[in-house]
Amino acid sequence: MDNDLVFDLQNVSFAYEGGQAALDSVSLKVKAGERLAVLGSNGSGKSTLLKLLDGLYFATAGEVRAFGAPLTEEAFQDEPFNFAFRRRVGLVFQDTDVQLFSPSVWDEIAFAPLQMEMAREEVESRVNTALAALRIEKLRDRAPHRLSGGEKRRVALASVLSLGPEVWLMDEPTTGLDPRSQAWLVDFIIEQGRTGKSVITATHDLGIVELIADRVCVFDEGHHLMADGTPKEILSDETLLLASNLIHEHRHAHEAEIAEHMHHHIHVVPQEHGH
Amino acid sequence: MDSLPKLTSTRKRRNVVERTLADLSHTMEQSLFAEELARQKGLLQSLDPRVKVLGILALLLAVSLSRSLAVIAGLYVVALLLAWASSIPMGFFIKRVWLLLPFFTGMIALPAFFITPGPPLVQLPLGLVITRTGAQTALFLLLRVSTSVSLAILLVLTTPWNGVLKALSVLRVPDAFILILGMTYRYIYLLLHTTNDMFLSRQSRIIGRMSTADERRMIAATAGTLLSKSLHLSSEVYLAMQSRGFRGHPRTMDTFRMRPRDWLWGGALVLAAALAVWLGR
Repeated sequence: MDNDLVFDLQNVSFAYEGGQAALDSVSLKVKAGERLAVLGSNGSGKSTLLKLLDGLYFATAGEVRAFGAPLTEEAFQDEPFNFAFRRRVGLVFQDTDVQLFSPSVWDEIAFAPLQMEMAREEVESRVNTALAALRIEKLRDRAPHRLSGGEKRRVALASVLSLGPEVWLMDEPTTGLDPRSQAWLVDFIIEQGRTGKSVITATHDLGIVELIADRVCVFDEGHHLMADGTPKEILSDETLLLASNLIHEHRHAHEAEIAEHMHHHIHVVPQEHGH
Repeated sequence: MDSLPKLTSTRKRRNVVERTLADLSHTMEQSLFAEELARQKGLLQSLDPRVKVLGILALLLAVSLSRSLAVIAGLYVVALLLAWASSIPMGFFIKRVWLLLPFFTGMIALPAFFITPGPPLVQLPLGLVITRTGAQTALFLLLRVSTSVSLAILLVLTTPWNGVLKALSVLRVPDAFILILGMTYRYIYLLLHTTNDMFLSRQSRIIGRMSTADERRMIAATAGTLLSKSLHLSSEVYLAMQSRGFRGHPRTMDTFRMRPRDWLWGGALVLAAALAVWLGR
């Protein structure tokens, strides 16, 4: 048994009720401290994979193991196992309106520590640390539905940060963010990786991949894992990116002139946009 | 460039989309206004929500138990003074209660003027007589309801809704119930915004008037979409809760802290309520 493995997936398939396939025979190993980007177009199964890794969905075929133990519905019935797993793995949902279900920012950030039965002082200290780390102290009594997109994303991250997980699962974290918030979020992911946390990010934002990941997995529209390599290898393989629908041929303006020919390229780094 | 044709007539009756949009934005404005009031500096805003819930509950009980019109009127004056000390615009506070009152309580109180037996007070045409006992009964009802509603509005306008919910724990309301109420409150606004967007996108594509049948079809379709969206949302939210350790038994915590002035004002409100019950016995 490889001790530094966080996740080990062997021929994992998943289908929703009604038979709609979301993942087909996926095998994947993730080591502790690894920064992995999961790429794929809409509907390729990225979100489903993250929910399987977080023990929210369970494989319909194959096996998912986390920290050496199988993730099954029966395993999560066991309170100590559930408790220990949830403390170690945190998922940031794509839709912040799903993630932020509490009536105030303070309640949202305190939710996880409270469910973990931490003492009152511990809960307060964790909430205050998370508020300060994400610079959202001023929002503590605000209602989530009154926040801007960027503020909601910060609160969503704080709600997981207060748990102090060693594995971060992030589902399309840059969706709907303005360039400044995107750059800030990339810094946050880099910082988590620097402190030895494992960070698995599902995205189709190719511009941030090299910054947030040391390894990239690509899913195709048939819900298969079609490639696994370094960001450099994957991003330079145009045939692969075209086949997985991550880039497309198009026409647009270069220096005020519309290109005459169909071409494709990757748009990189939100703030230093240029090509 | 061609200019747009001039407006030839103004439509007198707004269609269902416009009416719904107006109602939705009115509701959202109202909630924003109430939230701003709750964040203003004022007497009740500065008190611990638990003190407010218990104090106002005591005053509500006093309103119900008191058998003297003068004492209930006195409690209404207390509500007005509390509103004034909490920087609530008085015109808004009074109108909010008294404009709605005739429609609800007024309808119930009206027959009491005439059908309650007792010594006649005013003789009206068509042989109608307002009796002294009838007038007293109707006045009791109107004053009791208006004072109670004023007190309840006072609590809601000076406390963020989340604070009101959490304060319910002092009344031994179970945590699960408080959590569900809190989530309901939070998601009403999301669904309100979704509905608003759906109607706005519909409005941008409507030309001319819709037939009543089309309006009905559109409303049914909107309700259906909203229902399926909220179902999807609820299952996703449950997953998000599970992901952060929820195992069916919610644990909540408040950050309330009682200060000397909270004790002082809490005591004063309960004392005022007790005095009102004694005076109006």
